[in-house]
Amino acid sequence: MTDDLIDRLSGDLRPVRGGAVTARLLIALGVGIAVALAGVGLGLGFRRDMGEAMGSMMFWMKLTYALAFAVLGVWCVERLARPVGSASRRLPWLAAPAAAILVLAIVQLARAPAAAWRPLIMGHSAMICPWLILAAAVPVFVALIWALRGLAPTRPRLAGGMAGLAAGGAGAAVYALHCPEAGAPFVAIWYSLGLLSPYVIGIIAGPRLLRW
Amino acid sequence: METSEAELRALMVASLAGDAGAYRALLGDLRPRLGSYFGRRLRREPDDVEDLVQDTLIAIHTRRETYDRNQALTPWVYAIARYKLIDHYRRGGRRVFVPLDDAASELRVEDHGAAVDARRDVEKALASLPPRARGLLRDLKLDERSVAETAARAGMSEGAVKVASHRALKSLMDRFAGDGGDAHDR
Repeated sequence: MTDDLIDRLSGDLRPVRGGAVTARLLIALGVGIAVALAGVGLGLGFRRDMGEAMGSMMFWMKLTYALAFAVLGVWCVERLARPVGSASRRLPWLAAPAAAILVLAIVQLARAPAAAWRPLIMGHSAMICPWLILAAAVPVFVALIWALRGLAPTRPRLAGGMAGLAAGGAGAAVYALHCPEAGAPFVAIWYSLGLLSPYVIGIIAGPRLLRW
Repeated sequence: METSEAELRALMVASLAGDAGAYRALLGDLRPRLGSYFGRRLRREPDDVEDLVQDTLIAIHTRRETYDRNQALTPWVYAIARYKLIDHYRRGGRRVFVPLDDAASELRVEDHGAAVDARRDVEKALASLPPRARGLLRDLKLDERSVAETAARAGMSEGAVKVASHRALKSLMDRFAGDGGDAHDR
């Protein structure tokens, strides 16, 4: 019986390119982002002042902060998708964007008069921002989980969490094309909350979603 | 077991390039290794060993892109085998280590089943009595009504109810105590 199986498997052999795992994850990330872009573009609309915004530091800062988590998250997932994979050398890099936004937020607050703190922290959309980021992250999360299910994660909790974080980062980046907020403290708090929520979902759901 | 890690890895690299011969040789070589890996860990369930070997071979096949050509092959293979083993324990564990709450509810279900059986037996026994005595016993013993209530429902005195129900019980006991046969009269 096992001999038949070996015959069948070797008959089914197709070549695999190097970097196939990365390719699969990047395709998933791309598809997820495309769906999120369509969703945010149609559902919320992109910034009307996009031309002006693209000349502002804050716009690029937000985008970079969010995309850093998308890229670093997928980079970690690329390791965690393998049975012997350990992401322990890659995980510490996640501290870099977090530290950067924290420093920027503190500097902004320190320079502003106390009366300006509230708008810098709360903006106009603090209460809906994390939810909308979570919503924008959903298609990316689904795509990454789908990709991981075809791979071989042996630490499903961490792999699910990192897929969630990558999705959160991608969702936040897409949402940044709609969101007009310009305070670094706002981003440090509410964007972070939004992009961490799919991480928590991934940690919780990973063991169920990623069985093989 | 003589094939070295380096040779296995070369076979795997050739397999990933599409060499079916190398692949067949690789899987053929891994098979006994996996067999002894699972055999050592599942002494009590030898029947499951071959299933796990097959599961692992299939996983190696469908997830072969997760092998990193820059790293050793055997740790990758055994990591997959280990995952399948843990999965197997987990599946088995669900049956073996039932949480206490579940066990209690299972017992409750069994009790309920037994009660239903008992009730059916009683009804069968009652059916062998004359209708009047049957009604008395059902009221008194099954529905747990008081003697006064039973007497009122039957239109009898309380004393008559006591006597009649006692007789009915006795006749039931006589009928089922002996050989357990249930078709003496009817």
